[in-house]
Amino acid sequence: MELTRRDALAALGSGGVVAGVGVAGLHRSLSELPDDGRDLTPERERDLLVAVARIVYPSELDGVSEFVETYVAGRAADRDGYRESVRAALVTLDERARTWRDAEFLSLDGAEREAHLRELGVDAADPDPTGTDAERIRYFVVNELLYALYTSPTGGELVGIENPQGHPGGTDTYRRGPR
Amino acid sequence: MSGDRTPSDRADVCVVGAGPAGALVAHQLGKRGYDVVVLEAGERFDPADREERMERSIRPGHGPLDVWEMGGDRDAYSSSGGIEYPLNSARVKGVGGSTLHWQGMVMRLHEIDFELASRTGVGDDWPIAYDDLRPYYAAAESELGVAGAADNPFAPPREEPFPMPAFRPSYSDSLFAEACDDLGIAMHSVPNARNSEPYDDRGECVGFGTCKPVCPSGAKYSADVHVRKAENEGVRVVDRAPVQRLVHDAAGDSVESAVYATPDGREHTQEARAFVLAAGGVEIPRLLLLSASERYPDGLANSSGLVGRCFMDHLFAGMGGTLDEPTRQNHVGFITSESHQFYDEADEDVGPFKLEFLNYAGPSPVEMALSGDEWGDDLLDTLRDGYGGHVAMGALAGQRPRERNRVTLDPSVTDDHGNPVPEIQWSLDDRTRNTLRRANEIQRDVLTELGVDIEWSVGPENTGPAFHHMGTTRMGTDPAESVVNPELRTHDLGNLWVPSSSVFVTSGAMNPTLTIAALALKAADHVDEAL
Repeated sequence: MELTRRDALAALGSGGVVAGVGVAGLHRSLSELPDDGRDLTPERERDLLVAVARIVYPSELDGVSEFVETYVAGRAADRDGYRESVRAALVTLDERARTWRDAEFLSLDGAEREAHLRELGVDAADPDPTGTDAERIRYFVVNELLYALYTSPTGGELVGIENPQGHPGGTDTYRRGPR
Repeated sequence: MSGDRTPSDRADVCVVGAGPAGALVAHQLGKRGYDVVVLEAGERFDPADREERMERSIRPGHGPLDVWEMGGDRDAYSSSGGIEYPLNSARVKGVGGSTLHWQGMVMRLHEIDFELASRTGVGDDWPIAYDDLRPYYAAAESELGVAGAADNPFAPPREEPFPMPAFRPSYSDSLFAEACDDLGIAMHSVPNARNSEPYDDRGECVGFGTCKPVCPSGAKYSADVHVRKAENEGVRVVDRAPVQRLVHDAAGDSVESAVYATPDGREHTQEARAFVLAAGGVEIPRLLLLSASERYPDGLANSSGLVGRCFMDHLFAGMGGTLDEPTRQNHVGFITSESHQFYDEADEDVGPFKLEFLNYAGPSPVEMALSGDEWGDDLLDTLRDGYGGHVAMGALAGQRPRERNRVTLDPSVTDDHGNPVPEIQWSLDDRTRNTLRRANEIQRDVLTELGVDIEWSVGPENTGPAFHHMGTTRMGTDPAESVVNPELRTHDLGNLWVPSSSVFVTSGAMNPTLTIAALALKAADHVDEAL
């Protein structure tokens, strides 16, 4: 199944981002956002997010890269402190890879990346925006990506619901029977 | 309202609380040219933040009280009496009050609710009849914006159509319909304070599916709508201004002022010719008790001793399970069918109850996704297994008034201003348990007929409150037996009105907000007449 920029816009619309700035006002790329001085280029930031998305998203999804960047860039521009927290969590993720595995996260293969997340405890961590490293990575990276996907129409349809909770999909679908 | 929280020089009316009752009274009196000041304990929330509040309600990492920022010393309380009462889950402090997080179901009480004692020997009759409230119900439906239909054969009489067409039945409802038909149970539409089409400058529902605790689109009515209307009529609304006590005149015949606190640590005194208490069924009796004086050592308006007593809530009964087919749940956060067939069968042993057919049975996929310990394809498999065939029914059961159930003060715990917190003393009686048992019996019959594998039930042993606070300043004609008169004015103080579910004499089993709104419109008329 193909994830599209339209899905990202729908997910941003659920969060009120599109309503705030309009589609034309959205940032399409993380590189359009201001530099916060942290040692993490926008390209690396995007690549780390996409790398995690490829672990936590179902394998049947295509178009992950554009979806993730559009969504995160739109959110980052809309919410104070949001991008800083996401970037801090990504830096932590990468630093732990260097420390524990003597390798950058992005240089690991898919299985090793997933193993790294699990060894950090991210899979079992309770998401907490002010918690431990694992809890913050779970909140700002993993759950951020899962929230974007499963409040989008395509993410909902993967599960069998065209109008998932959190998406303003109108008042027709609840009356429809199964296809 | 900007940062100025100082008192108004001149006020005809001081309203305490900016929920639905306070907002409607303020709007009505503002329209009629009165100078009105509303004092609200909570803050004025920015409507632009609602999507973020919705996200908080969905995403783990935020507690349920975080959505509307309840809790802490300001909202401290005690609970005793048999059943733990989760007070802060049951209310929101802020401009709009608890309608910010309510479900938005707006039924009229039935005629039997006003004459329960005469018909069943239980409780007391109200001093007003359904017909007295009927025009106010119609006006309240127009003010809130109610989507409904005239297909409910059990509803009390009405002449005028609902302001908007009802939401159509869900696919899930259609599954229930056949089973109910076989059992002789009539299903019908549900009046919703939720726009089924554009109404009153608010758009139609767009299906976020998170009605309770937050509607990001504003299609669900919340009382900040009437706060804005009131402000357009010149009403002044002061937020973050919790009233500490009311002060009466030397003779004890009327209230002279409300003393309120502001975030800068100061106290102010707002004088007015009339006072309207609209702070809900817990904070109203608390404020009256906190306002004890030498003249009234047991609290204001409490010569009957009934302030805080006869606290009632509705009790939830429910049952659910799964079918071997998709049931299409969680597309919307409201219900579209109920049955009030058994409501008027209330008698000495079983109270009134209504049945609900839920459209949000089982887990929401996004909430499952965010709280599991899987991801990728494994998570998707779990979501597909977890979402699909759930069905559930709910019910609300009424509770008779008992003096032992009460809101009182707990002097051992104080709030952020040093005031004793409210203590909820709450318990169930056998009649309420019988009612829940009866509701469960019917739910089991329906689900069994439908072929559901029943997996859970909520009944007499594990029930909880529906967050409808009633009865704590009950209405009546005898000052020895009630707190307010049929005009909603306290017996003891001639310029103090209480439009609230706190005046309910009996609970019925219908969600109370439409009746609260009707009483508010009625109270506005009485305040107007008195001024």
